[in-house]
Amino acid sequence: MSDDKPGPGRTPEKKEEGAAVTAGTGSAAAKKVASQPIVRPSGPDRVPRRTLVAWLAIGWLAFGASMAAYGAMFVRFLFPNVLFEPKQSFLAGFPDEYVVGAVSERWKVSQAVWIVRDTETLYVLSTVCTHLGCTPNWLENEGKFKCPCHGSGFYKTGINFEGPAPRPLERFRVALTDSGEILVDKTKKFQQEKGEWTQPESFLAV
Amino acid sequence: MEELSWPKHLINVLSNPKYLFPLLLGLFVFIFPPTDRLHRIHLRLRLDRLWTNAGGVFLLVLFLSFFLFGLTDPNFRLIVTKADNVPIVGLIFLVTFFLWFSMKQALENDRRMADGKKPIEADDKDPVLVWPDLVYGEFIAMIVCTILLIVWSIVLTAPLEQPANPAVSPNPSKAPWYFLGLQEMLVYFDPWIAGVVFPTVIIIGIMAIPYLDNNKKGCGYYSFADRKMAVSVFMFFWLVLWIFLIVVGTFLRGPNWNFFGPFEVWKISKLEALTNVNLSELIYMKLLNRRLPDNILVREMGGFLVILGYFGVLPLILMKTLFRKLHQDLGNVRFSFFTIMLLMSFSLPIKMMLRWFFNIKYIVAIPEYFFNI
Repeated sequence: MSDDKPGPGRTPEKKEEGAAVTAGTGSAAAKKVASQPIVRPSGPDRVPRRTLVAWLAIGWLAFGASMAAYGAMFVRFLFPNVLFEPKQSFLAGFPDEYVVGAVSERWKVSQAVWIVRDTETLYVLSTVCTHLGCTPNWLENEGKFKCPCHGSGFYKTGINFEGPAPRPLERFRVALTDSGEILVDKTKKFQQEKGEWTQPESFLAV
Repeated sequence: MEELSWPKHLINVLSNPKYLFPLLLGLFVFIFPPTDRLHRIHLRLRLDRLWTNAGGVFLLVLFLSFFLFGLTDPNFRLIVTKADNVPIVGLIFLVTFFLWFSMKQALENDRRMADGKKPIEADDKDPVLVWPDLVYGEFIAMIVCTILLIVWSIVLTAPLEQPANPAVSPNPSKAPWYFLGLQEMLVYFDPWIAGVVFPTVIIIGIMAIPYLDNNKKGCGYYSFADRKMAVSVFMFFWLVLWIFLIVVGTFLRGPNWNFFGPFEVWKISKLEALTNVNLSELIYMKLLNRRLPDNILVREMGGFLVILGYFGVLPLILMKTLFRKLHQDLGNVRFSFFTIMLLMSFSLPIKMMLRWFFNIKYIVAIPEYFFNI
């Protein structure tokens, strides 16, 4: 019974609080709480439901439209008016300038290619490692390209044989101009693993 | 070339990960035994004494004498005192210290609990107040760290190199120290596995730990005996696959990403025959003595079978043999998730050793579609 004692003691306080609240709201408070109708705010602050929905719709539409505009601008930036990119093809001199059996590093810095001349063919190798894109070094004494990042190694032909590189170096399109100069076109690449190195444009017969 | 003294020569040979890594892996299971049987061997070999005061002194003397001996060698000095590498030397000592310290507490608790006492952490005999004890301690630690950073930044200057040039990759090109494990992984796995799949799996695996570990013991106190498997697995990832690979990447990887011993000159011209073969080439060209089949699926059939066996059959075998108790404890779902995660992490040492000892590069090699495992 001792637990019940605080109970009755508290109820009068609650009644007092209730009385204080009802006194503030006026005559409607006299009715029972259960039967009380929902009180909508009236007066100058009142916003009808339809107006609210309309404003919400306008707001979201405006937000969506501005996002769409930003999106369109973003997409537009992907297609610049001017592309500040060097020309992807260049003249690499005459075939005689390249020593048979040697790897020429003449264009490594400016064009990112090695030109290799064999006894019968001349081909153009990309200097981008097929593993993760570092620039390998040509090691003359060992006759291989060796990448300093993860140790991939390529033969002079571009075939990968050691380290993690998953596929051979890429070759670029090479042709002779009318004047007999070598034309290298880097927009067209040839991949050995796809069997493209036998295509006539992937090498030059010299 | 000058002749090396025999200890230096021995260290050079042993530090080749080809030998060092299997050696450490072998030692590891006895130092952090995951099972009861290995734990008994661990106790019989008295390896638990590593985590006593005497063991701590032994470890300190071991590492200090190695580094002091090494510093007499010009090549060792060159690499170890490089501004980039000095912190990694600190890392070796710090990691060893904290490892020793926590294992010491764990063993103390194990001993207490064997005697029927509560762990130290549950003993409230000597409580410490936040203010002033903890806050003062933190304040002093902050001042010490600040001083250390200032001295560090003055004494060890940042290694500035020449302006970036896409035509010249520094040789060797090293990732930041905390990524060296990842870079090492990239040597043995294709970029999409080592760079995308594995990091994702690692994160998922770390998130899954609380759901996998249903061992109620060891909460809130250091202990080894109560959670041998958990400690051992964690230490495998932390010490072997993370710290060890950082140390290897920092000190042992040299020009052209070749391995160099600590007392070896970093010569760009070091020649190593590393010609790779794939499993399919081994099967068809070496074993069956004929050309690779043109059909890719036929060609890689052997590799697919190996992968299937590794992830499909091996967990079942483990369930019936080595991990029987674990399977009972964890249940099917937890067990299969845990085992496959563990097997994935073991695939790294396996592929490393396949490469080092047999030059095997890919189990499944389909460069045509950039799918190599």
